[in-house]
Amino acid sequence: MKKDYLALILTGVGGQGILKAGNIIGEAAIKEGKDVILSEVHGMAQRGGSVLSEMKIGKAQSPLIKNGEADIILGFEPAEALRVLNKASSQTLMIINNNPIIPLTVSIGMASYPNLNSAYEKLKYQIKNFWVVDARSLALQTGRIITENIVLLGVLSAVPFFPLSPDNMRKMVEDSFPPAYKDLNLKAWSLGWEEGKKIKSQ
Amino acid sequence: MQVEDILTKSPGDKLFLLGNEAIVRGAFEAGVKIATTYPGTPSSEIGNTLFLLAKKCGIYFEFSVNEMVAFQIAAAAAATGVRAMTFMKHVGLNVAADALMSAAYTGTKGGFLIITADDPSMFSSQNEQDNRYYALFAGLPLLEPSNLEETKEMVKYALDLSEDLKLPVILRTTTRINHIRSGVTLGEIKMTPDKTSFIKNPSELVPIPSYAYQMHSRLIEKLKIAREFSEICHFNRIEKNSGESHAGVITSGVAYSYVKDAIDRLGLEIDILKLGFSIPLPEQLVNSFIEEHPIILVIEELEPILEKEVRVLIQKGNLKSSVLGKINGLTSRLYEFTPDLVEEALSKALNIKKMKPDAINISGLSLPPRPPVLCAGCPHRATFYEIKEAIREKKLKDVIFPSDIGCYTLGIQPPYQMVDYLLCMGSSVGTAGGFYRSTNQKVISFIGDSTFFHAGIPPLLNAVHNKHQFLLFILDNLTTAMTGHQPHPGSYMDGMGQEAPAVSLEEIVQGVGVKWLKVIDPYQVKESISVIKEALDYEGIAVIIARHACSLLDAKEKKKKGFWKTVTVNQDLCIKCMICINDFTCPAMTLSGDEVKIETSLCDGCGVCLDVCPDGAIKMGEK
Repeated sequence: MKKDYLALILTGVGGQGILKAGNIIGEAAIKEGKDVILSEVHGMAQRGGSVLSEMKIGKAQSPLIKNGEADIILGFEPAEALRVLNKASSQTLMIINNNPIIPLTVSIGMASYPNLNSAYEKLKYQIKNFWVVDARSLALQTGRIITENIVLLGVLSAVPFFPLSPDNMRKMVEDSFPPAYKDLNLKAWSLGWEEGKKIKSQ
Repeated sequence: MQVEDILTKSPGDKLFLLGNEAIVRGAFEAGVKIATTYPGTPSSEIGNTLFLLAKKCGIYFEFSVNEMVAFQIAAAAAATGVRAMTFMKHVGLNVAADALMSAAYTGTKGGFLIITADDPSMFSSQNEQDNRYYALFAGLPLLEPSNLEETKEMVKYALDLSEDLKLPVILRTTTRINHIRSGVTLGEIKMTPDKTSFIKNPSELVPIPSYAYQMHSRLIEKLKIAREFSEICHFNRIEKNSGESHAGVITSGVAYSYVKDAIDRLGLEIDILKLGFSIPLPEQLVNSFIEEHPIILVIEELEPILEKEVRVLIQKGNLKSSVLGKINGLTSRLYEFTPDLVEEALSKALNIKKMKPDAINISGLSLPPRPPVLCAGCPHRATFYEIKEAIREKKLKDVIFPSDIGCYTLGIQPPYQMVDYLLCMGSSVGTAGGFYRSTNQKVISFIGDSTFFHAGIPPLLNAVHNKHQFLLFILDNLTTAMTGHQPHPGSYMDGMGQEAPAVSLEEIVQGVGVKWLKVIDPYQVKESISVIKEALDYEGIAVIIARHACSLLDAKEKKKKGFWKTVTVNQDLCIKCMICINDFTCPAMTLSGDEVKIETSLCDGCGVCLDVCPDGAIKMGEK
């Protein structure tokens, strides 16, 4: 059994900037001369539905991640993070942005949203590394909630075994936006990065 | 990365490309000069990228009215000697199939590449047909890539092959090629002529029966030569393991990547025959592989096409190897493969105990479904709401709702539930006549603007002539929304990004003889309901064009201006009737306790809910 890559899952809701986040990571990997393969969801699946991007950084052929194989799950939304637990193992680092987006199925009473605290409690027994962050509040500190995805990239950059250099990630964020939005997103990345370092040291 | 990089970066540079962008770069490197499509997931971004770049690199690109026309334009261009490609989703090739079958007979002069983007597991499609059958059906060579470097190389190879064989060539991708990203190394861009002169040759280009008789025989000869090419093609290769291997895997497409990773993971000593140029099958190569391996595993997505060929070869050559594949249940004909599924198949076939991952499990966790929904501000939601109101006021029961392919198919969900029947592009109009002739129920059909141009006009003309009766909504959001806002013949812009004459829906509808036509703005709730009620009284074919720009396009404009309004709920006036939540059901409205709240980050400020609220509790605010 050998594995020469990091298996990363980005998951959340259409509109949260998951495709953009995946692109930034991928470009950063290419810049460092690393192999990378990313699988995206487009088309009909994007209209406010669940969005799942699977990514492998390193030597891998196939674009999809096996059950139990994810090294990191970056959950942009809690229920969506819980939806991919089949990809997790006890060794997985789970990062959850603790800001539910209530699906319409819940609003019209067809389904209910899970009790997150109780789910987290149970998860903590099974998963070694479990980070809960409030990316929305951090994004609001930049003045634009839309930077939530970049905050989460900052958090991800602080993960000790994340294979890409934080400086490179920061630079890639900077290069990925037009001039008017650079500072905003750099601030978002830094807020996430600081938050990640804080959690790491706890 | 900027989209221009796909054109301007130098040979040797490595870019993080989407599969569909790698195809575009491949087309540049192959010197394609004419490219045509009708947008369809998972192929859409090929067109979106060409839309931005075609003009800059001397390619003529168009969003054609449908795949048939797209195919015809590319075929004729290639018949003159120019390099051409046409690309579409898998079901798009059904639309072009009539032309495809003849194009195999007429052949080509310039390279002619047909790209079909298949969608195993139906992420955005009505079926998961395996279009490798089209290559067998028409008699055309087919290539199927396993990764993105190979995808780009295959585009070039296919165009060369097409010119060598004087035959169109099919490149068959799947969603996990079109919609993955990885590093792709760029090559040289080839210069080819963009204009030539057509040399007449009716006996090879006009399949009247006496000529077609000869053409079919020529096609069979060409396929023999094609097989000789596939025997020596570098996309077909045996990957030998260091050890002695009794079992061999024959695989193609993205399934190859799952096989490779599983072999690495499980530490298997097993040989692989990887087929990239799979039709016509390189029989000698496959034979030699079969002869060396008593056990042959065929790992291919969807239909057992390679497997059947392998079984035929074994029977023909009186070989002794046993075959494990779909026909004897090793894998399924259903859905796309996953790494788990392929690993399980290999383990089962080779009797290997699998290591189980330590499963994470939260007892009693039940997650709410999150299907895609109509966006906040979507004009279709307003139209659906207004129709429901009109039907309620007219006390109509059991209305049948044939629908079509587009965002409005999402109207199948509660609370609208206004999709009862769907076959394919344009079927809303044709099937409406069938329901009218076989029931006494009222029929209300839905078709989008782009879909109407694509396949709605002949059935509407048919309905007029044959005196069917139904109400047809043309949901005109001024774009091809679902696939990413491509222009269509009703737009003021063409595929080159240049100004173009917009074809009028009204003139078409009246031109085919419809006598009752009205246009509504679905954002105007009361006026719309009254027009719909009037239409429901009409005996004949009534057409309502519900026209309002896609809210995502609107949002772009609003963001440019830097501000837009959102609504607020006055909790003192709200009587909690829940009409807005239960009947209108906008994703920007959520229930917090028993209070209706507006998610301002989602609210588009369309204001339709102001008219939906019977108590005047919703007000437009500033943002």
